[in-house]
Amino acid sequence: MSDCRKNIRREPVTTCPPAPTESQPLLSVKGLRKYFPVKGGLLKRQIAAIQAVDDVSFEVRRGEVLGIVGESGCGKSTTARLLMRLIEPDAGQVIFDGKEVGMRDGMTVTDLRRHAQMVFQDSYSSLNPRLPVEDTIAFGPVVHGTARSKAKERARYLLNEVGLDPSRFGRRYPHELSGGQRQRINIARALALQPQMVFLDEAVSALDKSVEAQVLNLLLDLREEFNLTYVFISHDLNVVQYISDRVLVMYLGKVVEVGPIGDVYKEPAHPYTHALLSSRPSMDPEDRKKESPLSGDPPTPINPPSGCRFRTRCAFAEDVCARAVPALTPIRADGSWLAACHMIIPGSGHSRAAAINEATTGGTNG
Amino acid sequence: MSADSVAAAQAGEIPIGQLRSRGYWRSVWVRLRRDKVSVACAAVLILIALSAIFAPLLSPHDPYQGNVVKRLAPIGTAGYLLGTDELGRDMLSRLLYGGRVSLFIGLFPVFCALIVGGTAGIAAGFIGGRTNMAIMRLMDVFYAFPSILLAIAISGALGGGFSNVILALALILVPPITRVAESVTTQVRSYDFVEAARASGAGTWTIIRVHVLSNVLGPIFIYTTSLISFSIIVASGLSFLGLGVTPPTADWGLMLSTLRQAIWINPYAAALPGLMIFVTSLSFNLLSDGLRSAMDVRL
Repeated sequence: MSDCRKNIRREPVTTCPPAPTESQPLLSVKGLRKYFPVKGGLLKRQIAAIQAVDDVSFEVRRGEVLGIVGESGCGKSTTARLLMRLIEPDAGQVIFDGKEVGMRDGMTVTDLRRHAQMVFQDSYSSLNPRLPVEDTIAFGPVVHGTARSKAKERARYLLNEVGLDPSRFGRRYPHELSGGQRQRINIARALALQPQMVFLDEAVSALDKSVEAQVLNLLLDLREEFNLTYVFISHDLNVVQYISDRVLVMYLGKVVEVGPIGDVYKEPAHPYTHALLSSRPSMDPEDRKKESPLSGDPPTPINPPSGCRFRTRCAFAEDVCARAVPALTPIRADGSWLAACHMIIPGSGHSRAAAINEATTGGTNG
Repeated sequence: MSADSVAAAQAGEIPIGQLRSRGYWRSVWVRLRRDKVSVACAAVLILIALSAIFAPLLSPHDPYQGNVVKRLAPIGTAGYLLGTDELGRDMLSRLLYGGRVSLFIGLFPVFCALIVGGTAGIAAGFIGGRTNMAIMRLMDVFYAFPSILLAIAISGALGGGFSNVILALALILVPPITRVAESVTTQVRSYDFVEAARASGAGTWTIIRVHVLSNVLGPIFIYTTSLISFSIIVASGLSFLGLGVTPPTADWGLMLSTLRQAIWINPYAAALPGLMIFVTSLSFNLLSDGLRSAMDVRL
């Protein structure tokens, strides 16, 4: 973690340069897809499919924090569960540390689960109420063949790392802890297997604001100490801005924009990102919004709109948006910032498409 | 708040002993011991169980040896503390020996049903899908009949006798236990900690052993204890109808049945087996209630 990260602890405006790029990303996801069947009728035949995650591709660099944002039901959590193989994907490649997960010459799911771990949103239901928290933390190492005493030792070490005195908290049961303490236990549990990567699925969303800040700072400290890479899933745009180096915006199971957090938050390229960001309440009373930037609920993922999935709520929608699915297109030449919108694809047929720069700024102003 | 409480404890403001947690079963035990009704019921049941176990030592007479001259002696007759039955057999001895049969017929089918129903229910709940469907629909077939009627039908078809009563009772107790086990397991399976355990790389058996059983056995056990009194009553009912154990076996239900003709001559003695059934099943019921509230620790 660089020094400028420390400076922004109180002032969540990221001025950090993106984390140093390595030749090989730690996690590379290509064309990930999951359709949940909807069964009905007398014979329980499949009558439709919920397109929860559709053709999602992205990369996570070693040591960075990638934030994933989006409205409820956009496939954020499903993506995390697919990456942990808690749900089997229908299609797509997941390459972890250069090895493809689930392939014969790649990495087994068991190996993946040693190198990548997950912290769940609900700190209550993600801890076994009948197990002292120390045993919960030690469970993973024991399953992976560590001697019980060694695993206990590691559990106590991690309890200390997450700010809980092992001699006082180790033998306690989850119901004897507060929400913040329980989430610390969850984090310790995720770190017990010494993973390289941690998926944080709404890990701080259920906490009080003050506790949330403590846990976020803890996460940043732990990242530095254990060289962790985070995929941070949240619906809270401010929290994502605070913790992430890069952000990925999802809408109805698709990636609409991905790029460095500072750039995306400053000049969102996709109209959805723009609408999402302007839905945040402003601290300045003069800057009050008169109308909601985004109206209505997202359409159902069972029969998503043709072409661009956002077109039904987009102010700039034109004929081309219904006809063709916009591909993720680089906004910067180096490919660090991508968005999936016809307005930024040169020659897509959208009236704003020809001049790329104008479309970008137009999105910001409008 | 966590950091504050850590700091407070480190500064010695909160005595550490006060914060020490005790295990779940320990806390259940402490709560149960505080409940006077439960303690009283437990004492009564222990007394009944001990008297049944030590019946050969406690009985003043042979429970199967009648004295034709002293038939239907009232309570308090010299030598026959609780009187005699219609064949002149000592009531006290027969009640003590009857407890052995009645308790065994009441408890053993429940135990069998717990093993079978618990396993089936946990399997159905954890595997889900078609297995769940197959097991639960099979149980619904049993549910279609009123359970007492089903017990009568099974005993009637198989004939009376000790082992057939146990089989009939076990069969009617399996479906409700399966249903309870299935519903709690389905609920526990949906919690994130099961998913977290899978994410830790644990296999199905480890997850069931460490994470599922610890959470479902309590509720299943509570429900099962509430069935003991039902089982005792149905067993007595079957004996009363002549479908259970056969005379001259000393059994509370059967004694109630054979003594009912004597109700006008010696009502108190005739009511004694009924009283024993009543006290035993009531005690089991109240103890089960006490256990339920003791185990209902808000987590």
